[in-house]
Amino acid sequence: MTMNKKHSLILIMLLTLMAVNLFAQPQQRFPKPDFESGYEQLTMQTPGPRSQTWEIIDIAVLFVSLSLATWLALKKRSRTLIFALMLFALAYFGFFRQGCICAVGSFQNVAYAFSNPGYAIPISAVFFFALPLLFALFYGRTFCAAVCPLGAIQDFVLVKPVKVPNWLGMILGVIPYLYLGLAVMFAVLGAGFIVCQYDPFVGIFRFGGHFDLILLGGAFLLLGTVVGRPYCRYLCPFGVMLGWMSRLSKKHVTITPDECIHCRLCENSCPFNAIDEPTEPVPDQEKSRGGRQLLIMILLVPLFMTVFGWTVSRLDVPLSKQHHTVALAEQIKLENNGLTTETTDASDAFRASGRTTEDLFADAVMIRKQFRAGGWWLGGFLGLVFGLQLVSWSRRRQQVDYEPNRTHCLSCARCFQSCPREHVRLKSRG
Amino acid sequence: MAENKKVPRRDFLRSAGNTAAGITVGGIAGLLFATSSSKELVWQLDPELCVQCERCSTECVLPQSAVKCVHSYSMCGYCDLCGGYLEPDAKSRDTSAENQLCPTGAIQRTFVEDPYFEYKIDEELCIGCGKCVKGCGSFGNGSLYLQVRHDICVNCNECAIARNCPAQAFRRIPADTPYILRGEESDRYAREI
Repeated sequence: MTMNKKHSLILIMLLTLMAVNLFAQPQQRFPKPDFESGYEQLTMQTPGPRSQTWEIIDIAVLFVSLSLATWLALKKRSRTLIFALMLFALAYFGFFRQGCICAVGSFQNVAYAFSNPGYAIPISAVFFFALPLLFALFYGRTFCAAVCPLGAIQDFVLVKPVKVPNWLGMILGVIPYLYLGLAVMFAVLGAGFIVCQYDPFVGIFRFGGHFDLILLGGAFLLLGTVVGRPYCRYLCPFGVMLGWMSRLSKKHVTITPDECIHCRLCENSCPFNAIDEPTEPVPDQEKSRGGRQLLIMILLVPLFMTVFGWTVSRLDVPLSKQHHTVALAEQIKLENNGLTTETTDASDAFRASGRTTEDLFADAVMIRKQFRAGGWWLGGFLGLVFGLQLVSWSRRRQQVDYEPNRTHCLSCARCFQSCPREHVRLKSRG
Repeated sequence: MAENKKVPRRDFLRSAGNTAAGITVGGIAGLLFATSSSKELVWQLDPELCVQCERCSTECVLPQSAVKCVHSYSMCGYCDLCGGYLEPDAKSRDTSAENQLCPTGAIQRTFVEDPYFEYKIDEELCIGCGKCVKGCGSFGNGSLYLQVRHDICVNCNECAIARNCPAQAFRRIPADTPYILRGEESDRYAREI
């Protein structure tokens, strides 16, 4: 009797509630019963976060691997041992620690931390950002050679490197700057970490993830069998920063252990096209012309920055779509104007939240303004890069020996074996 | 003459650039280190914002999501006709699979006393889809809700679920208070901390 009454009551309540309540919100509809059987209520378990120990271990492993890689490349000059260390890094940072945190994405945390005072950046992100850069500043990109798991997995599959034509390499070489600039802008403006989002290898390290990205990772690895480290050379945004540091580095690997005898044997030994050949001596009359050209190029840099800045700042509408608030505002606008009948989970959630559309639109407009300002910065940066590239082309590079290009050399030690002086050195050591 | 001047100038520029870059990177790292050591953050979802879209069960990078259903027992009505446990069109109110809302049968229903039943989540089985949360919140007290379980969560740099959450219910919260709970559990949790 009581049971039936209760159920009909519940049924009526259900029907009324279903009409008004689109989303589940807590509401004490049924009071907690007074148990007569002495039943004791269970308690909820709240397990705490994993300890920071792994973070500390990661930082320690990073530091030791970097030191070891540097020693192996600059002092020991052993490709075999660098390869072994690289496999360890692939196993540890890649498959064991599942590719997170990694140095390649860490600059986004740094950018985000500077623009969002409420965000406490993880200690590991700070170290994974700074340590490879500082090592590059002293010894070149030894991080790329043997510590980066993304580099390691590509290096591992490289079986028959072909030379990428110079013009193609130059065009593709622009992409990392663009990727770096975009990633910093999105991180600063709170539109997510795109380098993490589109990491093609993390899914492989985890044996799972988005199908498209794993497919992309597979494509990179397939391409990587003939093109040396395609991600590192034509996408990696952190590689740009490492290149800057390496260019200024105190020490750097050299192809020959002592002197270059111009035998040209190392010319084709680099799968990454990072060996600079000796330059021809310049006739005197061309020198003055080169100087004038250089001056013009330097004066053109601010112009490039302005033009690029203006252009990218006009892209605020498509770029700001990456931001959740702007994307939501656009969807709501479409729905309100009757241009679409299909609602999304996000728009349903917004309508259930009780926020007004005016409020949302005001936020979206403000964010879009930030994207316009960010576009000036991003464009200015790209203009600066483009201008400085022109400057460096019009400058006469003077070089007498075969040397690794400090910006692009990954210190992988492949070229050492092709140098006859290296064989003399090894023989003299026994 | 010009050749002799060239090399030292290049060296000088490189060394100056090296020092400047070193100070910049060191400065950034030092500054961030000072702020980062103050507090650690972890990902959590706010149950008040959650819309039970089921993405938690599919977007997490782990093979089985770190998001699980939790139960604030203090808020539960211990109903026989449980909106979180039973399919809306369930033929009968018992534990047979076709009547259960949960796709993995992760909710254990135990008889307490007439007419009350206890509902307990088996986290080994729970995939964090939130079907029960929707049922409980729509027809019941909302004592079932989703939380990131920190013994499972690997605390990714950018949480993949957070990126795809339509309600933007995920945020980073201090690691010393890593849950956002409801009911008496919330008060007790706050006291314990």
